[in-house]
Amino acid sequence: MTAAISMRAAILSVLLLVISLGLWEVLCREPAGVVPAADDEYALLMGAADQEARVPPPSVVFVHAFNELSQPFYDKGPNDKGIGIQLGHSLYRVLTGYLLAALVAIPIGFVIGMSPLMYRALNPFIQILRPISPLAWMPLALFVIQDSETSAIFVIFICSVWPMLLNTAFGVAGVRRDWINVARTHELSPLRTAFSVILPAAMPTILTGMRISVGIAWLVIVAAEMLVGGTGIGYYVWNEWNNLDLASVIFSILLIGVVGMLLDLMLGGVARLVSYQE
Amino acid sequence: MSRYFLDARRLAKRFPQPGGEPLTVFENVSFGLDQGEFVCIIGHSGCGKSTILNALAGLDSFSEGTLEMAGKEVAGPSLERGVVFQNYSLLPWLNALENVEFGVRARFPQWSREQQRAHSRQYLEMVGLGGSELRKPAQLSGGMRQRVSIARAFATQPQLLLLDEPFGALDALTRGVIQDELIKIWSATRQTVFMITHDVDEAILLADRILLMTNGPQARIAESVKIDIPRPRQRDQVIHHPAYYRIRNHLVDFLVTRSAQLQGQVDTDGSGFPPEINPALDEPKAARVVPLTPVKELHHG
Repeated sequence: MTAAISMRAAILSVLLLVISLGLWEVLCREPAGVVPAADDEYALLMGAADQEARVPPPSVVFVHAFNELSQPFYDKGPNDKGIGIQLGHSLYRVLTGYLLAALVAIPIGFVIGMSPLMYRALNPFIQILRPISPLAWMPLALFVIQDSETSAIFVIFICSVWPMLLNTAFGVAGVRRDWINVARTHELSPLRTAFSVILPAAMPTILTGMRISVGIAWLVIVAAEMLVGGTGIGYYVWNEWNNLDLASVIFSILLIGVVGMLLDLMLGGVARLVSYQE
Repeated sequence: MSRYFLDARRLAKRFPQPGGEPLTVFENVSFGLDQGEFVCIIGHSGCGKSTILNALAGLDSFSEGTLEMAGKEVAGPSLERGVVFQNYSLLPWLNALENVEFGVRARFPQWSREQQRAHSRQYLEMVGLGGSELRKPAQLSGGMRQRVSIARAFATQPQLLLLDEPFGALDALTRGVIQDELIKIWSATRQTVFMITHDVDEAILLADRILLMTNGPQARIAESVKIDIPRPRQRDQVIHHPAYYRIRNHLVDFLVTRSAQLQGQVDTDGSGFPPEINPALDEPKAARVVPLTPVKELHHG
């Protein structure tokens, strides 16, 4: 029964893909019958060529994607690098900022979750800082840090910190009283209680926060790199827009989606490892 | 003044109420347990049984009175007092064996890993779970979970075992089977056990003595009923013992009528120790008469 459903779902997915690609192809195909002028270059300069810039059809995007993916790491100067190098820069920034955020958020979340006093004391700060768009920090970060690379990492840090912090606090505060009592009747030290009871009990909730955070970090890095420039997939998108190379823009949009999905899948795998059934 | 192994004197629990007299759940509760004794406590919901048990465990505090075990004041939880909770309280991310090991490791940190594992395995086998070591609690039935919990408590070999309605959530058939397991493991270890139950037959089957509590608020222990039936007891045989129904009638009569009648009544001698009753010896009618003045010499030697 479930096999049948997943089979039918797969068929439906493929069908939807084919239909949407087909529509896209038909709607965006270059109009036939436009005879190129004798001298393409000259015609282009004189504006005699096709006046309309149009979204490239999927066939063009696929050919472009194939070319890009077949040589992902070429480097022909600051304005022309392989897609692998751009993604590498973005992933480096995201993972650095994200891991730093985890190092800060999880211990602080633990303390907030354990102590109602700390929760009440820190809550107003969290509530004010949390809704700030991470990009709003950018000018301040650039001024204080004076380095665009580090500023981008800082922006990732500041946007990934909140979901992890709040989920950790929530998970730790919600650990069942019975399990704490088990630790107490076994005379566990506070540190061992934290590591052998509270942490495994709160781990699924913490992982949920980590998944939300990595999703947000991947959203934000594109915008951040459009601002700071130089390298990264966000810069690449903007640069190709400036070049009016829409095939590259569409290709990188899809790639951003794929990488984001992979990051989420990875954390989903970890979440399955630490999950438990009550 | 002689002391019991576990010695509770004039315990009281009061909750402050906004703008009024504090609510007294129970007061003037005194009782003692000798080493190796199996004592059950029976009373209606709300009489503070669980509070008493939690106080013995060190998880809860009481408002008045003294509580000592082996001559030392009970202050906070200790590995010397193992607890089996009604809802099992197993850690769901550990399998059955690891849950027992969790207790063993805390109790015997000086042992090697193999020693801890072998010890835990031995207790799991004692409760008949030899084949289910690697299953997580979610993959075990309620009865099997409670067995793991019992194995964990016995494996830490505490001086006192506290069982908080351990079979309350189980169906009657499973309950019978686990009661047998409990008798088996208790006969092998002869732990001192203090157990809360609602089940009169269960209490007669397991206990040396049964403490009867009046209804709350202002509950107290009204009687200490001796179960004069020789061990080893078996579920199918114990009901044929001549004393069985006399004890059972006495207990049921207490729960149905007298627990309410005696509510809030303070015993005259003031020590709080309940009179000891042996329904097996007394005339059935005589057993129902509660001497309001407890025989002090019985307890203070």
